[in-house]
Amino acid sequence: METANIVEKVGFNLLKQAVIYLPEDVKHALQKAYAEETSEAGKTQLKAILDNVELAERHQAPICQDTGTIIFYVKAGAGVKNLDKIEETLTKATRRATVEVPLRPNSVNPFTQKNSGDNTGRLIPYINWEIVSGDSIELTVMPKGGGSENVCISGMLVPGEGIKGLKKFVVDAVIRAGAKPCPPNILGIGIGGGADISIKLAKKALLRPLNEPNPDPEIAELEKEIFEAVNMTGIGPMGLGGKTTALGVHIDYAYRHPASYPAAVAFQCWAARRATARINSAGKVEYLTHRMW
Amino acid sequence: MAVYKFKTPISEEEIRKLKVNDVLYITGTMVTARDQAHRRALEHFKQGKALPISLEGLAVFHCGPVMKKEGEKWIPVAAGPTTSTRMDIFEDEFIKNFKVRVIIGKGGMGRRTTEAMAKYGAVYGAFTGGAAVLAAKAIRSVRTVEWFDLGMPEAMWVLEVEEFGPLAIAIDSHGNNLFMEVQKKVEENKQRIYQKLGLSP
Repeated sequence: METANIVEKVGFNLLKQAVIYLPEDVKHALQKAYAEETSEAGKTQLKAILDNVELAERHQAPICQDTGTIIFYVKAGAGVKNLDKIEETLTKATRRATVEVPLRPNSVNPFTQKNSGDNTGRLIPYINWEIVSGDSIELTVMPKGGGSENVCISGMLVPGEGIKGLKKFVVDAVIRAGAKPCPPNILGIGIGGGADISIKLAKKALLRPLNEPNPDPEIAELEKEIFEAVNMTGIGPMGLGGKTTALGVHIDYAYRHPASYPAAVAFQCWAARRATARINSAGKVEYLTHRMW
Repeated sequence: MAVYKFKTPISEEEIRKLKVNDVLYITGTMVTARDQAHRRALEHFKQGKALPISLEGLAVFHCGPVMKKEGEKWIPVAAGPTTSTRMDIFEDEFIKNFKVRVIIGKGGMGRRTTEAMAKYGAVYGAFTGGAAVLAAKAIRSVRTVEWFDLGMPEAMWVLEVEEFGPLAIAIDSHGNNLFMEVQKKVEENKQRIYQKLGLSP
């Protein structure tokens, strides 16, 4: 198949879908939060959020002016040809989306502080690779906002404290973050592997739909326990008080070194933007998160 | 919780009616200012230079908008609030010198700003972070842009707005600060959460 042409088109469409339309599971979670929120201040914020989501759809405008750092996740079938061209192709798609959607230019050289103006630069858009069997490609984009990224944390916990240490780490992180990550948030928690692996797992866990608990029932139980705990903080929507501080908690893990307990918390703002599509070997495209496309 | 709709210029008497948790909608003139515009405005004041527009009775919005130009006209695309705490170092002087009545942003502001608001009669209205289209659609027109040399986000955009809101009054002119109250409660709740999770403080 003509990998490059199709991937560029799909990459562009995914970027456009992601910044304009929230995934259905996130919308439902926000609607449920609005129905259940008891704090008046919190309810006002959730109403404004829902109104804004609807307006963005109606006017085909980005939900938030911060259209994020562009991150792709690529699940490539081992049988797919020309995989070496995908990075270049997704960079092209990002440039086009910056002009046509439009996206806010958010890619800055950390030494000169100069903005590239087109959302690209060294290693940006960033691509996470996974090789799977088969001959189709699954592309996911996560435009990640700066406010929530600024409070992401990674830490080395004490192995002897086990899961208790992890729970404290997460609750303290949420309280320290307060209003900054534009709550209600989705929390991705990564455990084990090493410092780099835990934060990577934490961020990737943000992609899991809100209505899908962890397939391991014990971990699903821990997700629920932490979810309930952080919603007891009272931080509430936009930090103005209320019972909706998190929309979901997702955990992923790797085995750890006996002497280390790496852990990380990735924060996602309420504008939890993501979009996924699958391209099969015949070049047929199936949009998985935004089916109305 | 009461809902108020004010037109600019807003008087001190009107602003003193507002209490934390009230909701405010503003119609009239609003001016954007982030870090750089705050700094320059205060420098102008020090040098006895007039600002491009008098801010008395107006609302100041912590916002770096995305605007597009169609012919000679600027059209707002997305205009959500930015984090207000960065402006804490300027805001007390800003309120005192320019008699601004409403500061709009996200995330709240600190003690210095709260005290200035009580002393000179101003409020902080929290606009929902990320609600950029809601904000852009309440902007009827862009009257002018001043200090464009600071760049699009940092320039001073003079906007005509209609029922801009909802603004959650999070700091009133009576010394109340909702964000600080929430933080205090969160600290108390933390102990209950630790207990529930079987953690020692």
